[in-house]
Amino acid sequence: MAYLFEISSLSVSYNGSAVLEDVDFKVNEHDFVGVIGPNGGGKTTLLKVILGLVKPFKGGISFNSSLVSSKSIGYLPQLQTGDLSYPVTVKDVLLSGLMIRKSFVPAMSSADRNRASEVIEELGLSEMALSPLNELSGGQLQRVFLGRAIIGDPKLLLLDEPGNFVDANFENDFYGKLRELNDRMAILMVSHDIGTISSYVKSFACVNKTLHYHPSSEITNEQLLAYGCPIQLITHGDVPHTVLKYHQ
Amino acid sequence: MEENIFQYGFIIKGLLGAIFASITAGLAGTYIVTRKMVFLSGGITHASFGGIGIGYFAGFNPIAGAAIFGILSALGVEYLAVKQKIREDSAIGILWAFGMAVGIIFIYLTPGYTPNLMSYLFGSILTVTNADIIALGILSAVLILYFLIFYRTILYISFDEEFARTYSSYVNIIKYLTTSLIALTIVLNIRMAGVVLVISLLTIPPNIAMLFTKVYSRIVVWSVVAAFAGTAGGYAISYLAGIPVGATIIFTLVLLWVAGKIVRKLTVKSTP
Repeated sequence: MAYLFEISSLSVSYNGSAVLEDVDFKVNEHDFVGVIGPNGGGKTTLLKVILGLVKPFKGGISFNSSLVSSKSIGYLPQLQTGDLSYPVTVKDVLLSGLMIRKSFVPAMSSADRNRASEVIEELGLSEMALSPLNELSGGQLQRVFLGRAIIGDPKLLLLDEPGNFVDANFENDFYGKLRELNDRMAILMVSHDIGTISSYVKSFACVNKTLHYHPSSEITNEQLLAYGCPIQLITHGDVPHTVLKYHQ
Repeated sequence: MEENIFQYGFIIKGLLGAIFASITAGLAGTYIVTRKMVFLSGGITHASFGGIGIGYFAGFNPIAGAAIFGILSALGVEYLAVKQKIREDSAIGILWAFGMAVGIIFIYLTPGYTPNLMSYLFGSILTVTNADIIALGILSAVLILYFLIFYRTILYISFDEEFARTYSSYVNIIKYLTTSLIALTIVLNIRMAGVVLVISLLTIPPNIAMLFTKVYSRIVVWSVVAAFAGTAGGYAISYLAGIPVGATIIFTLVLLWVAGKIVRKLTVKSTP
């Protein structure tokens, strides 16, 4: 299977303090990696390095340029970016997800518009396709940004805490959809909720300044500790139970 | 007969000036209002007065001086905001007063009487030259082409700059280019409305348009229409009543805005 990108001996620092240190990481086509780790451990920074938004202090990232570049990645940011009072419609925002396929002078074809209408319908947003964003509910808004990330059919999809975005009604649909998308694209998903995502992802990357790759979707508390990932793991067994980290 | 020809030429000049001012102000105004850059634009306007003063003193076209000052200060503020070494609103406030101070000092140092100073502060159709009209006409064409070609690019950078950076390496170039064109628009319209009033020519029309539509391209079109109604109406009233044209234009625009507000209120009530 062809690789999409490879990160080698990468270090990133903000104002002199290291956020990521000596990270090696390789992602292939059709991978579905759950990126886990404590808050402030560098998960979002890792995504930003892949997107080319953060410059590494040392080391770097190389893309398999026949498949993907840093400017053709689908991305769902963790925090709401964008100005909700700005005069754009839902359809406009969806179309902006197609910019990853456009040249310096972008023009939207009727095929692009049809594609946007398709995604809008899939996401159950047909009624508000031409509404401005500030008329949408939180859940609807979240679906718009998800749509923006996937509409361009990228080879690589980065999702930063999509759990924050997905309301309960939509959650099963959403993860099912990701599984379907995974046939066509590799997915990197940052999440706190290992319990939920472990039934969908194929492997884990534990990020806590350093990165440990775990090539299976089954991960135990002991392994997490060995990786230096002090996070809570909820497991499903005969008796549902929660394993908490040791007191320090 | 001769008087009629003179009047005819004067009206043509006024009409062309109104058309080009409306096109440029509508396009640039929609950009600055939706991006919440009105204060920055006010800063650019007043900073450019420094260029007018230096132009007077050194004996070159004051508008050329204003253009240089305006573009440099616009790029300076955008650059400082990107680097985040200084608070953007403070940078604008400093630039705003500094430009005015430089302008006043150099005009004071210029030997002899400077009769056109008031026209730069408050605008005057009497001092608008054919060259000014041609410059505004060229700028109108450039702005229309620029916004047609880069419509989606500009829209998406303005809406969500961070996301735009994930797919484009040209975000800064487009921002600097657009801001420079805004600065040029402001400076060339100074002849019409004056340093003190030009910012309203850019900000009131989009606010009238946004009472009735939330779609960017429609806001632009209706801003141009509203700006034309304000400038043409302002010219006519100022000519007939013999009052300063810049102030009359702004007064007319504000009346239109209030009228728009009232219409909006009535129509919203009538549709349950």
